[in-house]
Amino acid sequence: MTQQNFDLIIIGSGPGGYVAAIRAAQLGKNVALVESTHLGGICLNWGCIPTKALLKSSELYYTLQKLDEYGLEAKNTAFDLNKIVKRSRDIAGQLSAGVKHLLKKNKVTVFDGFGVLAGNQIVKVSKDNQPVAELKAPHIIVATGARPRVLPGIEPDGKLIWTSKEAMIPEQMPKSLLVIGSGAIGIEFASFYRSLGAEVTVVEIADRIMQAEDEEISAMARKAFEKQGMKIITGAKISKLEKGKDNVTAQIEANGKTETQTFDRVISAVGITGNTENIGLENTRVQTDRGHIAINPWCETREPGVYAIGDVAGPPWLAHKASHEGIICVEKMFGIPGVHPLDTKKIPGCTYAHPQVASIGLTEAKAKSEGRAVKVGKFPFIGNGKAIALGESEGMIKTIFDATTGELLGAHMIGTEVTELIQGYAVAKTGELVEKDLMHTVFPHPTLSEMLHESVLAAYGKAIHF
Amino acid sequence: MAIEVLMPALSPTMTEGKLARWLVKEGDDIKSGKVLCEIETDKATMEVEAVDEGTLLKILVPEGSEGVAVNRPIAALGSKDEKYEPKTAQLKSEGVGEQKSIIAAAPVTPQPLSSSAPQPFVMREGRIAASPVAKRIAQERGVNLYAVIGTGPNGRIVKEDVLSAISQTSAPTISAPQSGATQATKLPSPAQALPAAQSGPNAKQLADLLGQKYTEVKNSPVRKIIAKRLTESKQTVPHFYLTVDCELDALLAARKALNEKENAKVSVNDAIIKAVALALREVPAANAAWTEEAILKYTDVDISVAVATPDGLVTPIVKQADSKSLLDISKEMRDLAARARDNKLKPTEFQGGGFTVSNLGMFGIKDFAAIINPPQGCILAVGAGEKRAVVKDDKLAIATIISVTLSVDHRVVDGAVGAEFIAAFKKLIEESESWLK
Repeated sequence: MTQQNFDLIIIGSGPGGYVAAIRAAQLGKNVALVESTHLGGICLNWGCIPTKALLKSSELYYTLQKLDEYGLEAKNTAFDLNKIVKRSRDIAGQLSAGVKHLLKKNKVTVFDGFGVLAGNQIVKVSKDNQPVAELKAPHIIVATGARPRVLPGIEPDGKLIWTSKEAMIPEQMPKSLLVIGSGAIGIEFASFYRSLGAEVTVVEIADRIMQAEDEEISAMARKAFEKQGMKIITGAKISKLEKGKDNVTAQIEANGKTETQTFDRVISAVGITGNTENIGLENTRVQTDRGHIAINPWCETREPGVYAIGDVAGPPWLAHKASHEGIICVEKMFGIPGVHPLDTKKIPGCTYAHPQVASIGLTEAKAKSEGRAVKVGKFPFIGNGKAIALGESEGMIKTIFDATTGELLGAHMIGTEVTELIQGYAVAKTGELVEKDLMHTVFPHPTLSEMLHESVLAAYGKAIHF
Repeated sequence: MAIEVLMPALSPTMTEGKLARWLVKEGDDIKSGKVLCEIETDKATMEVEAVDEGTLLKILVPEGSEGVAVNRPIAALGSKDEKYEPKTAQLKSEGVGEQKSIIAAAPVTPQPLSSSAPQPFVMREGRIAASPVAKRIAQERGVNLYAVIGTGPNGRIVKEDVLSAISQTSAPTISAPQSGATQATKLPSPAQALPAAQSGPNAKQLADLLGQKYTEVKNSPVRKIIAKRLTESKQTVPHFYLTVDCELDALLAARKALNEKENAKVSVNDAIIKAVALALREVPAANAAWTEEAILKYTDVDISVAVATPDGLVTPIVKQADSKSLLDISKEMRDLAARARDNKLKPTEFQGGGFTVSNLGMFGIKDFAAIINPPQGCILAVGAGEKRAVVKDDKLAIATIISVTLSVDHRVVDGAVGAEFIAAFKKLIEESESWLK
């Protein structure tokens, strides 16, 4: 097999890999992209996008239940689970085709197969254990992503105990569902299934749900979910899962008591782990750390010329983090001036449950634990005209400022469409704006975004509408 | 309304300094540009010039005061009959940039001054771009943003730049977070603490990555300025080079005679300074600097002479060298070089100059090309005088030859002018009897 030479080889076509490929192509580089399964990776095919499609359906269904509040009436409202799932799959397919088109447009050479680092700048590609190609390049990016973490005793079987993937394509609606883990993935599925009527129990080992979020937001989220009828058990552990014919019996240990309960299905959402196996890392000096490839701030591994980006290179496991790392990594390797490492304090995180949760930067507790004097602003949705008009008056926007410098240290929000609002603060953080800049910014009325303004004002005791 | 004159920061890390001497007294009429006082730090003595005009209403900090905090009001200017009432708030709330309208340390004069290597710090002029958070931190910590190098978009100063400026010399007092790019699975190497902004290969990261061993020598402020200025020069000034060999035997003989006669210690370098000065008088076009609006042709022939010091290169100036005798130049040069090595030069003694001479002859270097010392237009690199085989009257002969290379900023001096200068220089060296006496 003849060796094909490239400027850059990328293994994995998720939001890290395909974005890196396009950026390198823009720089006039000859790029090879190796993908074993589907263009777009987990994000487009089995993650961000299809779940958002599902959640749109469940949100609409949820809204249908309270049409009366809006003066509307509909009879015989119902959902067709198969159609909901089909819509989600169609959207994933559409976007994957879009990525294919983008790569073609940018003249990226795509190899359909499994890429393995062979050392000496070589990547061997095989399909169904048959060699497909041998590629060589001075730069190789590993962007192989991650997969659900498996805890002993909670091994997913794809039938009764699901990972996120099976949870995305249910054939029928489980009547009762146990969700293990209350991170973004667990909570989104809990919310989806609850909105469609399933009895949902969320079990979290920590003392609160959505541990990455600000404590106050996490408490508000719990209250909102419980109001919708979700059962949430924190500080709890699954000591035993026993699979029946068409159900699973779980022993839940909490507060020194053990409770036994039977569920139709179980979703395990206990974190993810990097896809570091079988990709030939042993043929290089690349090192791993707790299931992920160890990199420096430029995404460089210990093997010169080999880089890692996205989920395989560690948390936060977010598509936009992967894409950004891809661009930084490529621009750095090809000598573009002015490239900066990624500052994880400036990466927003979003959870698309009902209600939505979004955040950036430090939580109040974290900011205080760093010994900073802080100013905290809070503004509730009930003080915002647009939120009330939308019938979405539950929620809050919280901002945390450094009292000395006026730097926006963090922002945390819960409520309708906050995942679209958080970006305002991300721009403020990247531009290193201080409270005055935000106070002087004009926000359009009537919008939810006015709450971004009011929360800043509130931090300095100047909120107008609350 | 009285204007307060604030204690200036002479370097990004300066938090306090000594007010050494007042050069004006209360009631004096102050014009913009007038030197008000001298400030001393461990690094330098600087003159503080007035930017605003008016009557000096009050001196708030007596001379000889040590530990005067940066940004503390040190004097007040106002109209003649005005009475000064101290403001309660010492700091303005609108950001550091504004303070430039109130005070300026000496280097911020509007004239095109030589911001060459030896300055203890570089002050930028005009507006500076800094993020709001960077401005606030600078204000809180008394950092002079005019002396901070920005690494953000289009050279904007960002928070990290200010923090790294602070931490460079006062690390123990700072607990501020370092680069935000640390993550649980990042390599646990010290490379993470590097300023995030450097692009291009970073020697330290590479060495850490490859396990190379090294020791680190912290960059002094002078070292950093040299690095910055020379990089800027080499990258932005279109250099070209002219090399010529000069016969030195006659000059050596004349020098020997002079030294014996006067019991002096005139060096070859002293003679070269004089010859350069005389050549510049003949070809004044080479005594010039580039600005976007105009080429500045210097009236005086001031020669900067590169002197190696433990901290790096310093270029003290022999002013009006064309009108000084060789013996005077020699004495002056010895004094300047000695004080340069002891770090005792006043800023006025190394800022300015119109043309630089750099001599590595004493190290046996045959020929080299120097980097232009901006904003000057030319630098002359002088090699070692050595006996070489030469062809004279079609016969092989021995002569003492010195090779010199002129580096020229093509924006200021064209090839023909450069050649004219170097020809004049060669003639002066080879026919030194007219002036070497």
